[in-house]
Amino acid sequence: MWAFINKLRSPKWFYAISARLQPFFWVAATALILVGSVWGLAFAPADYQQGNSFRIIYVHVPSAFLAQSIFVSMAVAGLVYMVWKIKIADMAAAMMAPLGAAMTFVSLFSGAVWGVPTWGTWWMWDARLTSMLILLFLYLGVIALRGAFSSRDSASRAASVLAMVGVINIPIIKYSVDWWYTLHQPATFTITGRVAMPTEMWVPLLLMVLGFYSFFIALTLMRTRSEILRRESNKRWVRDLALEER
Amino acid sequence: MPNTESLSPATEGRTSARGAREPAGGLAVALWATLRRDLVLLMRRRSEVLNPLVFFALVITLFPIGISPDPDLLATIAPGLLWVAALLAALLSLDSLFRGDFDDGSLEQLLLTPQPLPMLGLAKVAVHWLLTGLPLALMAPVLGIMLSLPAGSYLVLAVSLALGTASLSLIGAIGAALTVGLSRGGVLLSLLVLPLYIPVLIFGAGAVQAAILGDGALAHLAILGALLALALMLAPWAIAASLRISING
Repeated sequence: MWAFINKLRSPKWFYAISARLQPFFWVAATALILVGSVWGLAFAPADYQQGNSFRIIYVHVPSAFLAQSIFVSMAVAGLVYMVWKIKIADMAAAMMAPLGAAMTFVSLFSGAVWGVPTWGTWWMWDARLTSMLILLFLYLGVIALRGAFSSRDSASRAASVLAMVGVINIPIIKYSVDWWYTLHQPATFTITGRVAMPTEMWVPLLLMVLGFYSFFIALTLMRTRSEILRRESNKRWVRDLALEER
Repeated sequence: MPNTESLSPATEGRTSARGAREPAGGLAVALWATLRRDLVLLMRRRSEVLNPLVFFALVITLFPIGISPDPDLLATIAPGLLWVAALLAALLSLDSLFRGDFDDGSLEQLLLTPQPLPMLGLAKVAVHWLLTGLPLALMAPVLGIMLSLPAGSYLVLAVSLALGTASLSLIGAIGAALTVGLSRGGVLLSLLVLPLYIPVLIFGAGAVQAAILGDGALAHLAILGALLALALMLAPWAIAASLRISING
């Protein structure tokens, strides 16, 4: 265990191992998303109430899953960085943040598009919509804070602290928004037909969720690798690597 | 007077900071000294204390002008308006919480004292609340009258603001500590802190709404108290970590 953690400290080791892992995740992501979207968009039966508009779920739900998981991963990476000073963790956290913000935006946007045929409006102050919007602001805060520091070390530590503070607050925000929403009189229409979903509907959804996660891992590995090269560009092994490439 | 040295942790030199000799009195004296020093400093710059209050009154004045002077309409939106305006007023004064100490170097001295930094940070936050949150809470009922807030909710308004602004000061201090080293930290501070303020706003405004409707105000106040307890427990550590980042960066 400790040997493994010690290895993780070395960007060189991570660079080598991620080169081997990366293709698997890219293949998995491409295959799962392809199969899932073709199945979900073309072959899954239409919803008896929502018709074909329910197919937005195949983008909406996976992106919402990722939006929340990425923030938690960012906070965990921040904790690892603050406690063990593992630089890779911080690099990964920095590379995850824009993807997380993008996924939050995608889930909000696809939710808005979905809202038009089902709710008859682009936006409602629904509890889930509201907490996703707040999550988007939290992401933007972390990204902005990291960008504001001139020293990279301070930026990393500040972003880590903020991500951890944010992750403690996410459940509180979620519950308080739920409470707030139940105090406000909820609208009469809600998302329908989600409880008993037929198998032909949820299997492609599961594939899409797994595909999105693989995509997240693959993209984070790829971006972390380039970040390693950027941050370690004055190290010997990176120079050797550059010479080899030439 | 044996405690003169520890009474002014801001001017305490490096010699005693590294624990060669624990100043007499320990933590309690250091806390009291920090409290007293900050209070004195702020009382000498009264405009800084008054600005958030004036801002609060001004923002509340804008709403009847911008929306409608109709008392019925104002009464329905008054709880939320008062809470949002108070929240923004508290945010306004947040940037100066550590700024002065950072600029003149006394924050570094605070970090060098042998006393635990979270507690000293807590003392500074307490001063911020005493001179921002508490006055806002006391002033809110007056503005409530101007917004024709229904009778019977004034006490709840003041209590909810007093409880809520304490949490706001604690959460906001994390943001202030993170951005104190940045030259243009002010706008960033609001981006960092406002999303974290939302639970307090929900239950604060909810308490006043509940008091108007006639039931459940105590439940909201209890949750505000719980949020404050949680913030009291966790925020000082985050404030201390953030201050260290800002100073060493």
